[in-house]
Amino acid sequence: MTGRFEPRIVAFCCQYCSYSAADLAGSMRLSYPPNVKVVLVPCTGRVDPLHILRAIEDGADGVYVAGCLEGDCHFLEGNFKAKKRVAYVQRILSECGVEATRVRMFNIAASDGPGFAEAAIIMTETIRALGPNPLAAKNEKMAEELRVS
Amino acid sequence: MIIAERKPIKELLNMLSGHDRVLLVGCKGCVTVCNAGGAKEVAVLAAALRITRRREGRPIGIDEMTLDRQCEPEFISWLEEPLREKGYTAILSAACSVGPQYIAERFDNVSVMPALNTTFIGGTLEHGVWAEFCRACGNCGIHNFGGLCPITRCSKGLLHGPCAGSSGGKCEVRPEADCIWHLIYKRMKNLGQIEKLKELKPAKNWSSYWSGGVRRVVREDLTL
Repeated sequence: MTGRFEPRIVAFCCQYCSYSAADLAGSMRLSYPPNVKVVLVPCTGRVDPLHILRAIEDGADGVYVAGCLEGDCHFLEGNFKAKKRVAYVQRILSECGVEATRVRMFNIAASDGPGFAEAAIIMTETIRALGPNPLAAKNEKMAEELRVS
Repeated sequence: MIIAERKPIKELLNMLSGHDRVLLVGCKGCVTVCNAGGAKEVAVLAAALRITRRREGRPIGIDEMTLDRQCEPEFISWLEEPLREKGYTAILSAACSVGPQYIAERFDNVSVMPALNTTFIGGTLEHGVWAEFCRACGNCGIHNFGGLCPITRCSKGLLHGPCAGSSGGKCEVRPEADCIWHLIYKRMKNLGQIEKLKELKPAKNWSSYWSGGVRRVVREDLTL
């Protein structure tokens, strides 16, 4: 154990582009940080602000949404909707006193395996610099007891 | 519908300081349609409040419940059981201000706070954009203006034509808004009723507005 902080990062990836890019990154044997846990979504337009907030609330150190390149969305504008929702969540987190940069949007083409690896690296380094989710360390046990919904 | 907006998280947290068991109540009426206090907004707000309080080291337990409408006493009574059994010390109502007032009058042993600012009576311009259309003056006269309301939609509430600030069809007070008198004129012209605009309107009787005191509507045929 080196004691280095290893962030837990959730990535919502669209099945048409960034998830395919993740597959390609694997096929290309590119290495990227194991900190990223991928959640497959049919389109980033399916990602709700609540999904991101719940991930943060439940201890994720960072969350990113990875959609198609702008203009390439399989459902035309799902990635634009996701972009606005990510910005909305960033505003809410700022209001909550949590760093908005823990949440971010990426656009990665299906053919861009290296792009997926790069996004994972960027996000991991960003979150590592920010440190752990401030919620994770605070009153974990008490919060569990109080959490009623 | 009634348009409302969520209050800033900081303001809500100030209201909730001292409370650690809270029921956040949404409404499936107008505030669901204007995305301010429906089930989804309630879930997002609850998460945001929990996140902030946990970050501050003072966790808060928030249950969520969304009533069919908070402007009906019948639905307010649905809160009785959870209040009795869960021991909430406060209710945060995500409805127009009718909701928290009903709750406050019904339950005298729990603090009630508004989660929203009730903004105006309006409609949807496009997804995510709402505008004011009615000031509830209590004496509608929009038939005199081609069906458009100058009292609400003219920033100065003028009844006899535009002010000198109307420019390019836009309002000088709020340049993003249409000058309603520009629209009224165009519409009356299309209708061939331009002469009607020249009629002198008597001073409006504002006693049907809030200057006449608390208003009430009674339909004897419906009362029990």
